[in-house]
Amino acid sequence: MTNPPYVRLAVALPVVLFVWFCTMVPAVSGGEVLVWELAWLPQQGIDLDFVVDGLSLLFALLITGIGAFILLFAGEYMKGYPQRGRFTLFLVSFMLAMLGLVLADNLVALFVFWELTTITSFLLIGYSHEDATARRSALQGLLVTSAGALAMLAGFVVLGQAAGTFSLREMLAGQGSFAAHPHYTAIVVLVLLGAFTKSAQFPFHFWLPNAMAAPTPVSAYLHSATMVKAGVFLLARLTPLLGGTELWMVTLTVVGAVTAVYSAFVSLGKSDLKQVLAYTTVMALGVCVMFLGSPPAAGQGEPSRGVLAALAFLVAHALYKAALFLVAGTIEKATGTRDLTRLGGLRKAMPVTFAAAVAASVSMAGVPPSVGFVGKELLYTAGFAPDAAGYVPWAVFFAAAPIATVAMVLAIRPFFGPRPDYRKPGREGHWALWCGPVVLAAVGIWWGLAPEFPFMRLLVPAEAAVTGHLPDTGHAPWHSTGQAFALTLATLAAAVLAFWKLAAVKQALAGCRRLVPFSADGAYDAAMNGIAAVAAWQTRRLQSGIQRHYLMIVFATLGLSLAVTLWLKNVVPAPLRLAEATFLDWSLTAVVAAASVVIIRSRSRLLGIIALGVVGVATALIFLNFGAPDVAMTQLIVEVLITVIVAVVLLKLPDFSNEVWPSRPKRLRNAIVAVTVGVSVTLVLLAVTGSPPQPDLREYFERNAVPGGHGRNIVNVILVDFRALDTMGEITVLAIAGAAVFALLLPRTRRREGALLPGARAVAARAQAWHGSIMNTMILRETTRRLVPLILVFSVFLLLRGHEQLGGGFVGGLVASIAFSLYAFVFGPQAARGILRADPRAVGAAGLAVAIASGFVGSIREGVPFLTGQWGTLAGLTVGTPVMFDVGVYLVVVGVVLTFVLGIKEQE
Amino acid sequence: MEPIIAVLVGVLMTATVYLMLDRNFVRFIFGLALLSHAANLVILDSGGLTRARPPLIAPGESLPLPDISNAVPQALMLTAIVISFSLFTFALVLAFRTYQELETVDTDRMRAAEPSSAGAAADAGRRAAD
Repeated sequence: MTNPPYVRLAVALPVVLFVWFCTMVPAVSGGEVLVWELAWLPQQGIDLDFVVDGLSLLFALLITGIGAFILLFAGEYMKGYPQRGRFTLFLVSFMLAMLGLVLADNLVALFVFWELTTITSFLLIGYSHEDATARRSALQGLLVTSAGALAMLAGFVVLGQAAGTFSLREMLAGQGSFAAHPHYTAIVVLVLLGAFTKSAQFPFHFWLPNAMAAPTPVSAYLHSATMVKAGVFLLARLTPLLGGTELWMVTLTVVGAVTAVYSAFVSLGKSDLKQVLAYTTVMALGVCVMFLGSPPAAGQGEPSRGVLAALAFLVAHALYKAALFLVAGTIEKATGTRDLTRLGGLRKAMPVTFAAAVAASVSMAGVPPSVGFVGKELLYTAGFAPDAAGYVPWAVFFAAAPIATVAMVLAIRPFFGPRPDYRKPGREGHWALWCGPVVLAAVGIWWGLAPEFPFMRLLVPAEAAVTGHLPDTGHAPWHSTGQAFALTLATLAAAVLAFWKLAAVKQALAGCRRLVPFSADGAYDAAMNGIAAVAAWQTRRLQSGIQRHYLMIVFATLGLSLAVTLWLKNVVPAPLRLAEATFLDWSLTAVVAAASVVIIRSRSRLLGIIALGVVGVATALIFLNFGAPDVAMTQLIVEVLITVIVAVVLLKLPDFSNEVWPSRPKRLRNAIVAVTVGVSVTLVLLAVTGSPPQPDLREYFERNAVPGGHGRNIVNVILVDFRALDTMGEITVLAIAGAAVFALLLPRTRRREGALLPGARAVAARAQAWHGSIMNTMILRETTRRLVPLILVFSVFLLLRGHEQLGGGFVGGLVASIAFSLYAFVFGPQAARGILRADPRAVGAAGLAVAIASGFVGSIREGVPFLTGQWGTLAGLTVGTPVMFDVGVYLVVVGVVLTFVLGIKEQE
Repeated sequence: MEPIIAVLVGVLMTATVYLMLDRNFVRFIFGLALLSHAANLVILDSGGLTRARPPLIAPGESLPLPDISNAVPQALMLTAIVISFSLFTFALVLAFRTYQELETVDTDRMRAAEPSSAGAAADAGRRAAD
């Protein structure tokens, strides 16, 4: 079985990147900072700048170097798994996101990459999505880390506000520490929440062991070597800005120490290889956090021992832990199990894996010669520094001793002792499986023998990037003290003792575990169940599935919030100026109000429709009364159309005779809500109209209508020129409504045509009879035949004069629709389609196309923005794209209204 | 003059809300129609009322006479009228189709999407019987 080509290509990418980053080592270790600038959202101060300094280069090399071996391993390990392409894509995407995270200069960009790693982690943990445990673990990791990341984003925003920039470079070059800033505590707490959740610090550690549900290459790469170290990276990055204070040092040291010691002991009690490795990873992250909280360096030129120790331990851990995870994967692949109690005797069958496991475990246990030994010596040395907290060396001891025991277990248990009966062959696998562990473990030993290269080239420059000054390189910073070496010997002695009495230790641990009645994982479950219960409760309360209940909630909320706002803001309505009102004003108002009351009280459908018409016409007269003839005209024609449509549709609905009228208390309750809304709206409007409207907008349109818009009807110029984009949106909505009505009126698919329910059939028959009797008269037919062409000519007249005089595309289109509707009522919808000579939907679509095209004329000719009016003379006439736009409006209105009317009419 | 329209809007809104809280879908649609009138009057009223000439500019002039009405609310209302007309039509056709499918205009009985727990149990029973 060979791998598809993209799997090999996916290995090539990190290799190439690794080599590229290696070429930067000389420059960066000399103190240079390489920058790639890429504008992203410059107006927001957010750019995609990538910066390679000592710290980011160290991480970039880990990500690409380990990534190459992981992808090589995955190519072999994942054979036989479904959806390899998807897996490879996720893994490579993660790698690029992680690189972006460590290289980004801008905090917002860093956050985006941070969340990209969270999402790829989610997808990879849940890769075996048919497994419920994997799904739960994936969601848990996502929720815990992204909740922390949201807090972190808030912290970034506050930090960015405090600094006046989101660029880390500018922040570091600027004022330096923010310790004196009034929001310092808030920034630290929020940022630490992000870092601690991502790097699995106690009490947020629980998601990481659960993340072991992912395939082994993912666990090795994301959940051990790289992604979980993002929090450590962030803490190191922000140390110069936020570090050095009591709050920072105590929080980091205490949280890191608790995490390290707790998880080291838990790992002793586990027997699943991956669980053991997961808890030792949490321990390593705790140690890194603990030492990033070390006090700053004593003097100029002196490296910060704590930061250097944290970084050295981080590199050592990345090397041995990736190797051990891959060993675990190889063993599982060969034997079918990763339970330590069922493994044994593999030394002869898997000699290469055995060698890699031993070499990696040596580094993990901190036995010389290995980089792990160097790292742990540095931890002890830094822990004994005069200004370090007194408990730090003890915390290191109680974390390192169990880990050394675990290292012995990992190197001995699977390989010595009797060989059980495995279901699988239990032999050495493909070279791609053991290549990674061997190389990574060998590097760990090599760097232990020759620490000068990693320290001078990688770790000291990284430490310099954190603390801000290159230390003087006169003495070797990896040398430890005798005190530290003595404690290392004590650690190993304790570890050997614990290994010897392992069964007793495990029993004691299990006993301790039983004393604690709760777990963080359990707390997570309780929180999730709580959220679900609240959601279910409020859904039950608010969503009854009955329309009027929803509306009651909406209107009651509207009325209450308006009333409360008016009351709280102490809004006093302006004094009523009723003196100007004429008799006409009073009577029109009275007619509308009276007709509204009739609609409410009427128990007859017909009376309701008539009263509705009265309201519409009287409102149109009010518009006319106040100098809005265009609006009045449109309103009147719409009233006619509504009457036409209502007459057709409403007759097919049952009348109110069988209606269940609400009981008196319900009516009273509805009335109270209605009056609250009505009175509140009146009061708001009185407050609004108390002061005269701002004249700026109005004056702008009045001044510019002729010179800018070439039109004398200001309303029309606003619609088709100044605010044409709004009108564009509006006719689009109109077209969508037309499409929706058309879809509603399509022949039904669920029931056969004609298979109406008996009640509906009777109503339909009655309506048919009624229409048939009144429409078929001679006078009507002859009048219509002559009237329709006249109305159509008039509609075009309204359209064309609209820019200069009363009229326009809307009212013209409505008038034309009236003509066709009249024809359809007298001669039937088919005849109307005949004289229209096109499908109304096509007319509407053509109108939309014309309107859009008119907007592009200027863009194409002169490069001006979309819908900028263009004017010129054609055969002595002044023509412009706004007129063309209005033609589009006209056609859309005709198309949509006729889709309504003909569609409804054809239902008969 | 503005206060009278403000009170009229209040009356229309009261009627709108009262009608839309009814369980008869036809009366709900009546409320919808009144709502658009109320909204248009709100726009007209807040733009300032003047018993003035229409917002037109005489031929040969480049500026309007000082006593014309405010064109801005009129442009807003013109689009609002056409939009609310199409919304009204859509609601009406929806009522019509719903009645054909469910033979009711009582919104309390339109429970296809969100059946009540009792209704859902009955449905499940019917399906089991089938």
